Amino acid sequence: MRVFPKLTVTEIKLLLREPLPTFFSLLFPTVLVVILGCIPAFREPSADLGGSRVIDLYVGIAAVLSLATLGLQVVPTVLAGYREKGILRRLATTPVRPSTLLSAQLAAALLTAVVAAALAIAVGRIAFDVPLPAHFAGFVLAYLLAALGVFAIGLFIAALAPTGKAANAIGTLLFFPSMFFAGLWTPREVFPEVLQRIGDFTPLGAGERAVHEAMTGHWPSALSATVLVAYLVVFGLAAGRLFRWS
Amino acid sequence: MAVIEVQNLRKQYGDTIAVRDVSFTVERGEIFGILGPNGAGKTTTVECVAGLRDPDGGTITVLGRPPHDPSLRTEVGVQLQESQLPEKLSVREALELYSTFYPEPADWRALARELGLGDKLATRYAKLSGGQKQRLSIALALIGNPKIAVLDELTTGLDPQARRDTWDLIESIRATGVTVVLVTHFMAEAERLCDRIAVIDRGEVVALDSPAGLIAGIAVEQRIRFRPSVPLDDELFTTLDEVREVRRHGSQLEVVGTGNLLHAVTSVLATHQIIAHDLRVEQASLDDAFVRLTGQDGTE
Repeated sequence: MRVFPKLTVTEIKLLLREPLPTFFSLLFPTVLVVILGCIPAFREPSADLGGSRVIDLYVGIAAVLSLATLGLQVVPTVLAGYREKGILRRLATTPVRPSTLLSAQLAAALLTAVVAAALAIAVGRIAFDVPLPAHFAGFVLAYLLAALGVFAIGLFIAALAPTGKAANAIGTLLFFPSMFFAGLWTPREVFPEVLQRIGDFTPLGAGERAVHEAMTGHWPSALSATVLVAYLVVFGLAAGRLFRWS
Repeated sequence: MAVIEVQNLRKQYGDTIAVRDVSFTVERGEIFGILGPNGAGKTTTVECVAGLRDPDGGTITVLGRPPHDPSLRTEVGVQLQESQLPEKLSVREALELYSTFYPEPADWRALARELGLGDKLATRYAKLSGGQKQRLSIALALIGNPKIAVLDELTTGLDPQARRDTWDLIESIRATGVTVVLVTHFMAEAERLCDRIAVIDRGEVVALDSPAGLIAGIAVEQRIRFRPSVPLDDELFTTLDEVREVRRHGSQLEVVGTGNLLHAVTSVLATHQIIAHDLRVEQASLDDAFVRLTGQDGTE
Protein backbone atom coordinates (compact mmCIF):
# COMPACT_ATOMS: atom_id res chain seq x y z
CA MET A 1 0.00 0.00 0.00
CA ARG A 2 2.12 2.88 -1.25
CA VAL A 3 -0.84 5.07 -2.15
CA PHE A 4 -1.56 6.31 1.37
CA PRO A 5 2.03 7.44 2.16
CA LYS A 6 2.27 9.06 -1.27
CA LEU A 7 -1.03 10.89 -0.77
CA THR A 8 0.01 11.98 2.73
CA VAL A 9 3.35 13.34 1.49
CA THR A 10 1.52 15.16 -1.30
CA GLU A 11 -0.92 16.67 1.20
CA ILE A 12 1.98 17.86 3.37
CA LYS A 13 3.70 19.41 0.35
CA LEU A 14 0.49 21.17 -0.65
CA LEU A 15 0.00 22.46 2.90
CA LEU A 16 3.57 23.78 3.05
CA ARG A 17 2.98 25.66 -0.22
CA GLU A 18 0.32 27.80 1.45
CA PRO A 19 2.28 30.44 3.34
CA LEU A 20 -0.40 31.63 5.78
CA PRO A 21 -1.70 28.25 6.97
CA THR A 22 1.89 27.01 7.23
CA PHE A 23 2.90 29.97 9.36
CA PHE A 24 -0.10 29.82 11.66
CA SER A 25 -0.17 26.07 12.15
CA LEU A 26 3.53 25.28 12.16
CA LEU A 27 5.45 28.33 13.38
CA PHE A 28 3.06 30.70 15.13
CA PRO A 29 2.73 28.56 18.29
CA THR A 30 6.51 28.79 18.76
CA VAL A 31 6.51 32.51 17.92
CA LEU A 32 3.88 32.95 20.62
CA VAL A 33 6.06 31.10 23.17
CA VAL A 34 9.05 33.28 22.26
CA ILE A 35 7.09 36.54 22.51
CA LEU A 36 5.51 35.67 25.85
CA GLY A 37 8.80 34.28 27.13
CA CYS A 38 10.46 37.61 26.45
CA ILE A 39 8.18 39.31 28.97
CA PRO A 40 10.06 39.15 32.29
CA ALA A 41 6.93 38.94 34.49
CA PHE A 42 5.81 35.78 32.64
CA ARG A 43 9.03 34.07 33.64
CA GLU A 44 8.35 34.62 37.38
CA PRO A 45 6.46 32.03 39.46
CA SER A 46 2.94 33.29 40.07
CA ALA A 47 0.84 32.65 43.17
CA ASP A 48 -2.35 32.84 41.01
CA LEU A 49 -1.08 29.89 38.97
CA GLY A 50 -0.17 27.75 41.96
CA GLY A 51 3.48 28.58 41.74
CA SER A 52 4.06 27.86 38.05
CA ARG A 53 5.08 30.50 35.54
CA VAL A 54 2.88 31.92 32.77
CA ILE A 55 5.36 30.72 30.17
CA ASP A 56 5.14 27.17 31.52
CA LEU A 57 1.41 27.15 30.77
CA TYR A 58 1.73 28.70 27.33
CA VAL A 59 3.85 25.91 25.89
CA GLY A 60 0.88 23.54 26.26
CA ILE A 61 -1.54 26.20 25.00
CA ALA A 62 0.71 26.77 21.97
CA ALA A 63 0.69 23.05 21.17
CA VAL A 64 -3.13 23.04 21.31
CA LEU A 65 -3.25 26.22 19.21
CA SER A 66 -1.65 24.37 16.32
CA LEU A 67 -4.36 21.68 16.55
CA ALA A 68 -7.07 24.34 16.53
CA THR A 69 -5.68 26.10 13.45
CA LEU A 70 -5.28 22.83 11.58
CA GLY A 71 -8.46 21.11 12.71
CA LEU A 72 -10.91 24.01 12.59
CA GLN A 73 -9.52 26.05 9.72
CA VAL A 74 -7.03 24.25 7.50
CA VAL A 75 -8.56 20.78 7.24
CA PRO A 76 -12.18 21.88 6.65
CA THR A 77 -11.13 24.49 4.08
CA VAL A 78 -8.98 22.03 2.16
CA LEU A 79 -11.53 19.20 2.21
CA ALA A 80 -14.57 21.32 1.34
CA GLY A 81 -12.45 22.82 -1.45
CA TYR A 82 -11.60 19.33 -2.71
CA ARG A 83 -15.28 18.53 -2.92
CA GLU A 84 -16.14 21.87 -4.51
CA LYS A 85 -13.45 21.45 -7.18
CA GLY A 86 -14.49 17.90 -8.09
CA ILE A 87 -11.24 16.43 -6.80
CA LEU A 88 -13.08 13.87 -4.66
CA ARG A 89 -15.34 13.02 -7.59
CA ARG A 90 -12.37 12.44 -9.87
CA LEU A 91 -10.83 10.24 -7.21
CA ALA A 92 -14.05 8.21 -7.06
CA THR A 93 -13.37 7.10 -10.66
CA THR A 94 -9.96 5.68 -9.71
CA PRO A 95 -9.13 2.58 -7.65
CA VAL A 96 -8.46 4.93 -4.69
CA ARG A 97 -11.45 5.72 -2.51
CA PRO A 98 -12.02 9.42 -1.74
CA SER A 99 -11.94 8.47 1.96
CA THR A 100 -8.26 7.63 1.51
CA LEU A 101 -7.61 11.25 0.59
CA LEU A 102 -9.54 12.35 3.69
CA SER A 103 -7.38 10.12 5.87
CA ALA A 104 -4.23 11.37 4.15
CA GLN A 105 -5.25 14.95 4.79
CA LEU A 106 -5.85 14.17 8.47
CA ALA A 107 -2.51 12.34 8.73
CA ALA A 108 -0.76 15.32 7.14
CA ALA A 109 -2.45 17.67 9.61
CA LEU A 110 -1.54 15.44 12.56
CA LEU A 111 2.13 15.26 11.51
CA THR A 112 2.20 19.03 11.09
CA ALA A 113 0.69 19.49 14.56
CA VAL A 114 3.21 17.09 16.11
CA VAL A 115 6.12 19.00 14.56
CA ALA A 116 4.59 22.33 15.67
CA ALA A 117 4.17 21.03 19.23
CA ALA A 118 7.67 19.56 19.33
CA LEU A 119 9.06 22.89 18.12
CA ALA A 120 7.16 24.88 20.76
CA ILE A 121 8.20 22.47 23.51
CA ALA A 122 11.86 22.44 22.40
CA VAL A 123 12.08 26.23 22.15
CA GLY A 124 10.32 26.58 25.50
CA ARG A 125 12.81 24.18 27.09
CA ILE A 126 15.92 25.67 25.50
CA ALA A 127 15.08 29.36 25.67
CA PHE A 128 12.94 29.64 28.78
CA ASP A 129 13.68 26.50 30.77
CA VAL A 130 10.08 25.24 30.52
CA PRO A 131 10.02 21.63 31.82
CA LEU A 132 9.41 18.93 29.20
CA PRO A 133 6.13 17.01 29.56
CA ALA A 134 6.54 15.24 32.88
CA HIS A 135 4.38 12.29 31.78
CA PHE A 136 5.47 11.64 28.22
CA ALA A 137 3.07 8.77 27.40
CA GLY A 138 0.27 10.79 28.95
CA PHE A 139 1.24 13.75 26.81
CA VAL A 140 1.19 11.68 23.61
CA LEU A 141 -2.22 10.29 24.56
CA ALA A 142 -3.58 13.74 25.48
CA TYR A 143 -2.34 15.32 22.26
CA LEU A 144 -3.69 12.45 20.16
CA LEU A 145 -7.10 12.58 21.83
CA ALA A 146 -7.24 16.36 21.42
CA ALA A 147 -6.26 16.01 17.76
CA LEU A 148 -8.93 13.36 17.12
CA GLY A 149 -11.65 15.39 18.85
CA VAL A 150 -10.81 18.60 17.00
CA PHE A 151 -10.28 16.92 13.63
CA ALA A 152 -13.67 15.20 13.93
CA ILE A 153 -15.22 18.66 14.29
CA GLY A 154 -13.16 19.77 11.28
CA LEU A 155 -14.56 16.89 9.22
CA PHE A 156 -18.04 17.82 10.36
CA ILE A 157 -17.49 21.41 9.15
CA ALA A 158 -16.18 20.08 5.83
CA ALA A 159 -19.31 17.91 5.55
CA LEU A 160 -21.63 20.89 6.13
CA ALA A 161 -19.85 23.62 4.17
CA PRO A 162 -20.71 23.82 0.48
CA THR A 163 -17.43 25.53 -0.46
CA GLY A 164 -13.89 25.96 0.81
CA LYS A 165 -14.60 29.60 1.60
CA ALA A 166 -17.68 28.70 3.64
CA ALA A 167 -15.71 26.07 5.55
CA ASN A 168 -13.04 28.64 6.34
CA ALA A 169 -15.64 31.09 7.61
CA ILE A 170 -17.29 28.51 9.88
CA GLY A 171 -13.91 27.33 11.13
CA THR A 172 -12.78 30.86 11.94
CA LEU A 173 -16.01 31.56 13.82
CA LEU A 174 -15.45 28.46 15.96
CA PHE A 175 -11.73 29.09 16.36
CA PHE A 176 -11.96 32.17 18.59
CA PRO A 177 -14.36 30.93 21.28
CA SER A 178 -12.66 27.52 21.23
CA MET A 179 -9.22 28.99 21.78
CA PHE A 180 -10.62 31.34 24.43
CA PHE A 181 -11.61 28.28 26.48
CA ALA A 182 -8.21 26.74 25.79
CA GLY A 183 -6.69 29.79 27.48
CA LEU A 184 -5.07 31.49 24.51
CA TRP A 185 -5.85 34.97 25.89
CA THR A 186 -5.91 34.16 29.59
CA PRO A 187 -4.77 30.79 30.97
CA ARG A 188 -7.64 28.57 32.11
CA GLU A 189 -6.07 28.47 35.57
CA VAL A 190 -7.08 32.10 36.24
CA PHE A 191 -10.62 31.67 34.83
CA PRO A 192 -13.52 32.07 37.29
CA GLU A 193 -14.79 28.66 38.41
CA VAL A 194 -17.86 28.72 36.15
CA LEU A 195 -15.83 29.49 33.02
CA GLN A 196 -13.42 26.70 33.88
CA ARG A 197 -16.33 24.24 34.17
CA ILE A 198 -17.74 25.35 30.80
CA GLY A 199 -14.27 25.16 29.28
CA ASP A 200 -13.87 21.57 30.47
CA PHE A 201 -16.66 20.58 28.10
CA THR A 202 -15.37 22.43 25.03
CA PRO A 203 -13.07 20.49 22.69
CA LEU A 204 -10.04 22.73 23.02
CA GLY A 205 -10.65 23.46 26.71
CA ALA A 206 -10.67 19.72 27.37
CA GLY A 207 -7.71 19.29 25.02
CA GLU A 208 -5.65 21.94 26.76
CA ARG A 209 -6.58 20.52 30.14
CA ALA A 210 -5.48 17.02 29.10
CA VAL A 211 -2.22 18.38 27.72
CA HIS A 212 -1.63 20.44 30.86
CA GLU A 213 -2.29 17.41 33.04
CA ALA A 214 0.36 15.44 31.15
CA MET A 215 2.80 18.38 31.18
CA THR A 216 2.57 18.36 34.97
CA GLY A 217 3.06 14.62 35.34
CA HIS A 218 -0.33 12.89 35.09
CA TRP A 219 -2.38 10.82 32.70
CA PRO A 220 -5.20 12.87 31.15
CA SER A 221 -8.07 12.98 33.64
CA ALA A 222 -11.15 10.82 32.99
CA LEU A 223 -13.19 13.98 32.42
CA SER A 224 -10.99 15.51 29.71
CA ALA A 225 -10.41 12.15 28.01
CA THR A 226 -14.14 11.36 28.02
CA VAL A 227 -15.05 14.79 26.64
CA LEU A 228 -12.52 14.43 23.79
CA VAL A 229 -13.64 10.89 22.93
CA ALA A 230 -17.25 12.11 22.95
CA TYR A 231 -16.41 14.85 20.43
CA LEU A 232 -14.62 12.29 18.29
CA VAL A 233 -17.54 9.86 18.32
CA VAL A 234 -20.39 12.36 17.92
CA PHE A 235 -18.85 14.60 15.27
CA GLY A 236 -16.99 11.77 13.57
CA LEU A 237 -20.21 9.79 13.09
CA ALA A 238 -22.16 12.86 12.03
CA ALA A 239 -19.46 13.77 9.50
CA GLY A 240 -19.45 10.21 8.21
CA ARG A 241 -23.20 10.37 7.66
CA LEU A 242 -23.31 13.85 6.15
CA PHE A 243 -20.15 13.95 4.06
CA ARG A 244 -20.83 14.13 0.32
CA TRP A 245 -18.19 13.31 -2.23
CA SER A 246 -19.57 15.61 -4.89
CA MET B 1 -18.55 -8.17 -28.26
CA ALA B 2 -20.30 -5.59 -26.13
CA VAL B 3 -18.19 -4.01 -23.37
CA ILE B 4 -20.91 -1.65 -22.17
CA GLU B 5 -24.62 -2.43 -22.17
CA VAL B 6 -27.14 0.16 -21.10
CA GLN B 7 -30.82 -0.83 -21.04
CA ASN B 8 -33.71 1.52 -20.36
CA LEU B 9 -31.63 3.75 -18.12
CA ARG B 10 -33.66 6.24 -16.09
CA LYS B 11 -32.39 8.85 -13.64
CA GLN B 12 -34.11 11.80 -12.05
CA TYR B 13 -33.08 14.49 -9.61
CA GLY B 14 -36.12 15.42 -7.54
CA ASP B 15 -38.84 16.21 -10.08
CA THR B 16 -36.41 16.75 -12.93
CA ILE B 17 -35.97 13.75 -15.20
CA ALA B 18 -32.39 13.85 -16.45
CA VAL B 19 -32.50 10.55 -18.30
CA ARG B 20 -35.87 9.16 -19.36
CA ASP B 21 -35.06 6.05 -21.35
CA VAL B 22 -31.60 5.43 -22.74
CA SER B 23 -30.39 2.15 -24.21
CA PHE B 24 -27.25 1.40 -26.20
CA THR B 25 -24.37 -1.04 -26.37
CA VAL B 26 -20.76 -0.20 -26.95
CA GLU B 27 -18.65 -2.76 -28.82
CA ARG B 28 -15.07 -3.60 -27.94
CA GLY B 29 -12.55 -1.35 -29.65
CA GLU B 30 -14.94 1.21 -31.09
CA ILE B 31 -15.19 4.92 -30.49
CA PHE B 32 -18.76 5.44 -29.40
CA GLY B 33 -20.11 8.95 -29.38
CA ILE B 34 -22.84 10.33 -27.17
CA LEU B 35 -24.08 13.47 -28.85
CA GLY B 36 -26.78 15.82 -27.72
CA PRO B 37 -27.64 19.38 -26.83
CA ASN B 38 -26.78 20.76 -23.38
CA GLY B 39 -29.02 19.29 -20.71
CA ALA B 40 -29.97 16.28 -22.82
CA GLY B 41 -28.74 13.84 -20.18
CA LYS B 42 -25.36 12.93 -21.69
CA THR B 43 -23.30 13.58 -18.59
CA THR B 44 -25.79 11.85 -16.29
CA THR B 45 -25.70 8.84 -18.58
CA VAL B 46 -21.91 8.52 -18.48
CA GLU B 47 -21.86 9.21 -14.74
CA CYS B 48 -24.13 6.21 -14.31
CA VAL B 49 -21.88 4.15 -16.60
CA ALA B 50 -18.84 5.27 -14.59
CA GLY B 51 -20.52 4.14 -11.37
CA LEU B 52 -20.67 7.66 -9.92
CA ARG B 53 -24.46 7.73 -9.79
CA ASP B 54 -27.01 5.02 -9.16
CA PRO B 55 -29.70 4.79 -11.83
CA ASP B 56 -33.36 5.01 -10.78
CA GLY B 57 -34.28 2.43 -13.39
CA GLY B 58 -32.84 0.16 -16.05
CA THR B 59 -29.66 -1.86 -16.04
CA ILE B 60 -26.06 -1.16 -16.92
CA THR B 61 -23.22 -3.63 -17.27
CA VAL B 62 -19.61 -2.67 -17.94
CA LEU B 63 -17.30 -5.51 -18.98
CA GLY B 64 -20.08 -7.78 -17.74
CA ARG B 65 -20.12 -6.28 -14.25
CA PRO B 66 -22.33 -3.71 -12.50
CA PRO B 67 -20.85 -0.21 -12.90
CA HIS B 68 -20.09 0.30 -9.20
CA ASP B 69 -17.98 -2.89 -9.05
CA PRO B 70 -14.65 -1.78 -7.51
CA SER B 71 -12.66 -3.96 -9.91
CA LEU B 72 -13.82 -1.74 -12.78
CA ARG B 73 -11.95 1.28 -11.41
CA THR B 74 -8.65 -0.09 -12.75
CA GLU B 75 -10.16 -0.90 -16.16
CA VAL B 76 -12.22 2.20 -16.85
CA GLY B 77 -10.55 5.60 -17.12
CA VAL B 78 -12.86 8.57 -16.72
CA GLN B 79 -12.36 12.19 -17.61
CA LEU B 80 -15.08 14.28 -16.04
CA GLN B 81 -16.28 17.74 -16.85
CA GLU B 82 -15.35 20.40 -14.30
CA SER B 83 -13.00 18.22 -12.27
CA GLN B 84 -10.04 20.23 -11.08
CA LEU B 85 -6.89 19.44 -9.14
CA PRO B 86 -5.29 21.18 -6.17
CA GLU B 87 -3.98 24.55 -7.37
CA LYS B 88 -0.43 24.07 -6.18
CA LEU B 89 0.02 20.52 -7.44
CA SER B 90 2.43 20.36 -10.37
CA VAL B 91 1.76 18.41 -13.56
CA ARG B 92 4.56 15.98 -12.68
CA GLU B 93 3.22 15.44 -9.16
CA ALA B 94 -0.31 14.84 -10.43
CA LEU B 95 0.83 12.32 -13.02
CA GLU B 96 3.17 10.54 -10.59
CA LEU B 97 0.54 10.45 -7.86
CA TYR B 98 -2.24 9.13 -10.08
CA SER B 99 0.04 6.51 -11.62
CA THR B 100 0.56 5.01 -8.14
CA PHE B 101 -3.20 4.40 -7.99
CA TYR B 102 -3.08 1.70 -10.68
CA PRO B 103 -1.53 -1.77 -10.80
CA GLU B 104 -0.17 -1.35 -14.35
CA PRO B 105 0.08 2.35 -15.08
CA ALA B 106 1.10 3.85 -18.41
CA ASP B 107 4.44 5.63 -18.70
CA TRP B 108 3.34 9.08 -17.54
CA ARG B 109 6.29 10.82 -19.18
CA ALA B 110 5.34 9.43 -22.59
CA LEU B 111 1.70 10.29 -21.96
CA ALA B 112 2.63 13.86 -21.02
CA ARG B 113 4.69 14.18 -24.19
CA GLU B 114 1.90 12.84 -26.38
CA LEU B 115 -0.51 15.32 -24.84
CA GLY B 116 1.88 18.23 -25.29
CA LEU B 117 2.57 18.62 -21.58
CA GLY B 118 6.20 17.51 -21.77
CA ASP B 119 7.54 20.99 -21.08
CA LYS B 120 4.92 21.76 -18.42
CA LEU B 121 5.83 19.09 -15.88
CA ALA B 122 7.05 21.59 -13.29
CA THR B 123 4.08 23.91 -13.79
CA ARG B 124 1.47 24.06 -11.07
CA TYR B 125 -2.15 23.34 -11.91
CA ALA B 126 -3.34 26.91 -11.28
CA LYS B 127 -0.79 28.23 -13.81
CA LEU B 128 -1.93 25.98 -16.66
CA SER B 129 -4.10 27.31 -19.47
CA GLY B 130 -7.60 25.90 -19.90
CA GLY B 131 -6.40 23.64 -22.70
CA GLN B 132 -3.46 22.36 -20.68
CA LYS B 133 -5.73 21.59 -17.71
CA GLN B 134 -7.99 19.68 -20.08
CA ARG B 135 -5.09 17.69 -21.50
CA LEU B 136 -3.83 16.87 -18.00
CA SER B 137 -7.33 15.66 -17.19
CA ILE B 138 -7.26 13.40 -20.26
CA ALA B 139 -3.82 12.12 -19.26
CA LEU B 140 -5.14 11.20 -15.80
CA ALA B 141 -8.02 9.28 -17.40
CA LEU B 142 -5.55 7.27 -19.48
CA ILE B 143 -2.79 6.81 -16.91
CA GLY B 144 -4.10 3.50 -15.62
CA ASN B 145 -3.94 1.87 -19.07
CA PRO B 146 -7.73 1.43 -19.09
CA LYS B 147 -9.68 -0.99 -21.31
CA ILE B 148 -12.41 1.63 -21.59
CA ALA B 149 -11.91 5.40 -21.59
CA VAL B 150 -14.92 7.60 -20.88
CA LEU B 151 -14.22 11.17 -21.96
CA ASP B 152 -16.78 13.87 -21.23
CA GLU B 153 -16.51 16.99 -23.41
CA LEU B 154 -12.88 16.29 -23.98
CA THR B 155 -11.97 19.11 -26.33
CA THR B 156 -14.05 21.87 -24.75
CA GLY B 157 -11.78 24.83 -24.17
CA LEU B 158 -9.04 23.62 -26.50
CA ASP B 159 -7.79 25.74 -29.39
CA PRO B 160 -8.23 24.24 -32.89
CA GLN B 161 -4.68 22.89 -33.09
CA ALA B 162 -4.87 21.30 -29.63
CA ARG B 163 -8.25 19.86 -30.55
CA ARG B 164 -6.83 18.15 -33.66
CA ASP B 165 -3.86 16.87 -31.64
CA THR B 166 -6.28 15.43 -29.09
CA TRP B 167 -8.29 13.75 -31.84
CA ASP B 168 -5.09 12.15 -33.14
CA LEU B 169 -4.35 10.97 -29.63
CA ILE B 170 -7.81 9.43 -29.26
CA GLU B 171 -7.35 7.58 -32.54
CA SER B 172 -3.97 6.29 -31.44
CA ILE B 173 -5.49 5.11 -28.14
CA ARG B 174 -8.19 3.27 -30.04
CA ALA B 175 -5.51 1.71 -32.23
CA THR B 176 -4.12 0.07 -29.08
CA GLY B 177 -7.48 -1.63 -28.52
CA VAL B 178 -9.03 0.73 -25.99
CA THR B 179 -12.75 1.29 -26.27
CA VAL B 180 -13.60 4.98 -26.14
CA VAL B 181 -16.89 6.53 -25.05
CA LEU B 182 -16.92 10.13 -26.11
CA VAL B 183 -19.46 12.66 -24.87
CA THR B 184 -19.56 15.71 -27.03
CA HIS B 185 -21.65 18.43 -28.52
CA PHE B 186 -19.11 19.11 -31.29
CA MET B 187 -20.36 17.77 -34.61
CA ALA B 188 -16.95 17.87 -36.28
CA GLU B 189 -15.48 15.87 -33.42
CA ALA B 190 -18.17 13.22 -33.51
CA GLU B 191 -18.04 12.98 -37.32
CA ARG B 192 -14.26 12.67 -37.37
CA LEU B 193 -13.80 10.24 -34.49
CA CYS B 194 -16.86 8.15 -33.83
CA ASP B 195 -17.69 4.77 -35.33
CA ARG B 196 -21.20 5.05 -33.99
CA ILE B 197 -23.15 7.81 -32.34
CA ALA B 198 -26.11 7.81 -30.01
CA VAL B 199 -27.95 11.09 -30.33
CA ILE B 200 -29.61 11.89 -27.01
CA ASP B 201 -32.28 14.52 -26.64
CA ARG B 202 -34.43 15.25 -23.60
CA GLY B 203 -33.25 12.11 -21.87
CA GLU B 204 -33.92 9.71 -24.73
CA VAL B 205 -31.94 8.18 -27.57
CA VAL B 206 -33.42 9.69 -30.75
CA ALA B 207 -31.01 8.03 -33.17
CA LEU B 208 -28.16 5.53 -33.07
CA ASP B 209 -26.04 4.98 -36.16
CA SER B 210 -22.70 5.67 -37.81
CA PRO B 211 -22.10 9.33 -38.69
CA ALA B 212 -22.70 8.52 -42.37
CA GLY B 213 -25.82 6.57 -41.48
CA LEU B 214 -27.20 9.44 -39.44
CA ILE B 215 -26.62 11.84 -42.31
CA ALA B 216 -28.12 9.49 -44.91
CA GLY B 217 -31.07 8.88 -42.63
CA ILE B 218 -32.28 12.43 -42.82
CA ALA B 219 -32.14 12.45 -46.68
CA VAL B 220 -31.52 16.11 -47.12
CA GLU B 221 -31.05 17.54 -50.55
CA GLN B 222 -27.66 18.21 -51.99
CA ARG B 223 -26.74 21.35 -53.85
CA ILE B 224 -24.13 21.60 -56.57
CA ARG B 225 -23.03 25.06 -57.65
CA PHE B 226 -20.72 25.87 -60.50
CA ARG B 227 -20.02 28.32 -63.31
CA PRO B 228 -20.25 26.45 -66.67
CA SER B 229 -17.54 27.23 -69.25
CA VAL B 230 -20.21 27.65 -71.98
CA PRO B 231 -23.86 28.70 -71.75
CA LEU B 232 -26.10 25.69 -71.33
CA ASP B 233 -29.75 24.76 -71.19
CA ASP B 234 -31.41 23.88 -67.87
CA GLU B 235 -33.00 20.88 -69.54
CA LEU B 236 -29.66 19.13 -69.65
CA PHE B 237 -30.18 18.55 -65.92
CA THR B 238 -33.90 18.80 -65.26
CA THR B 239 -34.42 15.59 -67.24
CA LEU B 240 -32.24 13.65 -64.77
CA ASP B 241 -34.02 11.58 -62.09
CA GLU B 242 -31.71 12.84 -59.37
CA VAL B 243 -32.42 16.50 -60.08
CA ARG B 244 -35.35 18.33 -58.58
CA GLU B 245 -34.59 21.87 -59.49
CA VAL B 246 -32.12 24.07 -61.36
CA ARG B 247 -31.58 27.66 -60.27
CA ARG B 248 -29.48 30.41 -61.75
CA HIS B 249 -27.60 33.02 -59.80
CA GLY B 250 -26.03 35.29 -62.44
CA SER B 251 -23.43 33.17 -64.20
CA GLN B 252 -23.72 30.50 -61.50
CA LEU B 253 -25.85 27.44 -61.84
CA GLU B 254 -27.27 25.63 -58.83
CA VAL B 255 -28.51 22.08 -59.23
CA VAL B 256 -30.62 20.74 -56.36
CA GLY B 257 -31.43 17.09 -55.92
CA THR B 258 -30.94 13.83 -54.08
CA GLY B 259 -29.25 10.46 -54.46
CA ASN B 260 -26.03 10.27 -56.44
CA LEU B 261 -26.46 13.81 -57.68
CA LEU B 262 -22.80 14.67 -58.17
CA HIS B 263 -22.14 11.69 -60.39
CA ALA B 264 -25.21 12.41 -62.54
CA VAL B 265 -24.30 16.06 -63.01
CA THR B 266 -20.62 15.51 -63.76
CA SER B 267 -21.50 12.77 -66.29
CA VAL B 268 -23.67 15.22 -68.21
CA LEU B 269 -20.96 17.85 -68.08
CA ALA B 270 -18.36 15.39 -69.33
CA THR B 271 -20.57 14.20 -72.19
CA HIS B 272 -21.01 17.79 -73.38
CA GLN B 273 -17.38 18.68 -72.69
CA ILE B 274 -18.41 21.48 -70.40
CA ILE B 275 -15.99 22.53 -67.69
CA ALA B 276 -17.46 23.42 -64.31
CA HIS B 277 -15.59 26.33 -62.73
CA ASP B 278 -15.74 26.99 -58.97
CA LEU B 279 -17.57 23.71 -58.40
CA ARG B 280 -18.93 23.37 -54.91
CA VAL B 281 -20.97 20.56 -53.45
CA GLU B 282 -23.07 21.27 -50.42
CA GLN B 283 -24.03 18.06 -48.69
CA ALA B 284 -25.89 17.45 -45.54
CA SER B 285 -23.55 17.29 -42.60
CA LEU B 286 -23.90 15.75 -39.18
CA ASP B 287 -24.93 19.24 -38.15
CA ASP B 288 -28.00 19.03 -40.39
CA ALA B 289 -28.78 15.57 -39.08
CA PHE B 290 -28.43 16.82 -35.52
CA VAL B 291 -30.69 19.81 -36.07
CA ARG B 292 -33.25 17.57 -37.73
CA LEU B 293 -33.15 15.02 -34.92
CA THR B 294 -33.16 17.34 -31.94
CA GLY B 295 -34.65 20.51 -33.36
CA GLN B 296 -31.68 22.35 -31.95
CA ASP B 297 -28.61 24.01 -33.31
CA GLY B 298 -25.73 21.94 -31.99
CA THR B 299 -23.00 24.40 -32.82
CA GLU B 300 -24.06 26.86 -30.12
